[in-house]
Amino acid sequence: MKHLLSTADLSREDAIRILDTSEQMAATQDREIRKLPTLRGKTVVNLFFEDSTRTRISFEAAAKRLSADVINFSAKGSSVSKGESLKDTALTLQAMGADAVVIRHWASGAADRLAESSWMRGAVLNAGDGTHQHPTQALLDAYTMRKHLIGAESGPGAGIDGPTGNDLTGLTVGLVGDVLHSRVARSNIFLLHTLGAKVVLVSPPTLVPVGIGAWPVEVVHGLDAALETYDLDAIMMLRVQRERMSGGGNSFFPSPQEYTRLFGLDGDRMRRLPDHAIVMHPGPMNRGLEITAEAADSPRSVIVEQVSNGVAVRMAALYLLLAGEEGGE
Amino acid sequence: MTGTILGASDISRALTRIAHEILERNGGADNLILLGIPTRGLPLAHRLAARIADVEPSFDAAARCGSLDITMYRDDLAKHPTRNIGTTTLPSSGIDGAVVVLVDDVFHTGRTIRAALDAVKDEGRPRGVQLAVLVDRGHRELPIRADFVGKNIPTARSERVHVLLTETDGEDAVILSDGKSSDGKPADGATSRQGSAE
Repeated sequence: MKHLLSTADLSREDAIRILDTSEQMAATQDREIRKLPTLRGKTVVNLFFEDSTRTRISFEAAAKRLSADVINFSAKGSSVSKGESLKDTALTLQAMGADAVVIRHWASGAADRLAESSWMRGAVLNAGDGTHQHPTQALLDAYTMRKHLIGAESGPGAGIDGPTGNDLTGLTVGLVGDVLHSRVARSNIFLLHTLGAKVVLVSPPTLVPVGIGAWPVEVVHGLDAALETYDLDAIMMLRVQRERMSGGGNSFFPSPQEYTRLFGLDGDRMRRLPDHAIVMHPGPMNRGLEITAEAADSPRSVIVEQVSNGVAVRMAALYLLLAGEEGGE
Repeated sequence: MTGTILGASDISRALTRIAHEILERNGGADNLILLGIPTRGLPLAHRLAARIADVEPSFDAAARCGSLDITMYRDDLAKHPTRNIGTTTLPSSGIDGAVVVLVDDVFHTGRTIRAALDAVKDEGRPRGVQLAVLVDRGHRELPIRADFVGKNIPTARSERVHVLLTETDGEDAVILSDGKSSDGKPADGATSRQGSAE
């Protein structure tokens, strides 16, 4: 593994290796001294062309816990606002000796462009590119599901000796909402499929991408229908991304109230999930739109835990990409 | 002088002696914690703990034994393909104020133990740290010594020491082979412990 660009590139073995490494990273985070010397002397650049709170902070925390030096670069207030191209920005970072670049960009494919160019030598970690991919989010979601459901007391993961070394075979995962604009959904679909889980998309027809037939998913147009048809082990509520919708969302569904009525997760719908099922959300949440406070704050919600798992997963990704010999594997 | 240096009974006698030496040195088993360094230090730590419990029945072998993975503290990470990280499990009481005995199979350059000392430091502040090894093959690159040694084996740098244990390899043996030929070289797994940076 030289870069982490898309979950579609990950083999089952790669994915399990990242999740197992994340477990060991998470274990170190319970200690009094949480900092490890592993990436001392390496430089990680956070290159963010798009606003982000948790992903940037999470990558920064992960890199710092591994003793790497972190340089934060956000497009606002930089030469990018003066018209500098991605290429020139990359050449600058190369000249400064970046060992890894964590890139968040509004254009789909920006991370791939950076990785396949000869502009810089370091590893590229995609932290979200347009509506394409956000692999570390999918990995932290898979990590959270594996931790809660594989080796659990009930559900399809019961009877397995524990999460370590295992995939997600037997689980059924519902992704609810705006799949069309969601890189989180795309990343999750391919990773979950690789790990052996069944993926059910629950989405209005207007928010399902064209060509969905080729994806390894089943599609349902209504949350009530999905709860009736499937025993969902995990339900992931996607954010309604109104900033990506022309017309602020009104061109995709008639009104926010109608969206909530058909696709929102409230306490009543949550109670119709199997007892072991977990409720997830990649954040930031639109409370009252795709998820109610009752569901978001319930004991079955693992939304806050997803954030702390994100640090462990990103530590694992940075370790696996940066710790070995250069050009190794 | 290649071939099998220690057989199963030699290893067993050496571990029994080390267990008694640990008890003698520390005046009993109070406050004692054994941390094995994966892969093969771990079963050795468990065997030592079982022997200590035979002598001192109050010693709870399972509760005082742990595993200390040192991968993330190595100084040669950038010289090898990415290594998988092993498990670190410490006794629930923690290691603060305890006497920690690090247990490893082969003592060579001292770099593994250097990394282990750093790892221990991040886990807590023990009263003391001691080192028990099954085989000391010399060629230290750092000023580190062992407190308890199963057997000193003079080796050339190019030679390789393979420790086989029932728990990981199906048999107990210590084999010395000359590094160039594949004669006497055991199956996969054992070879990972033979890096020049041991």
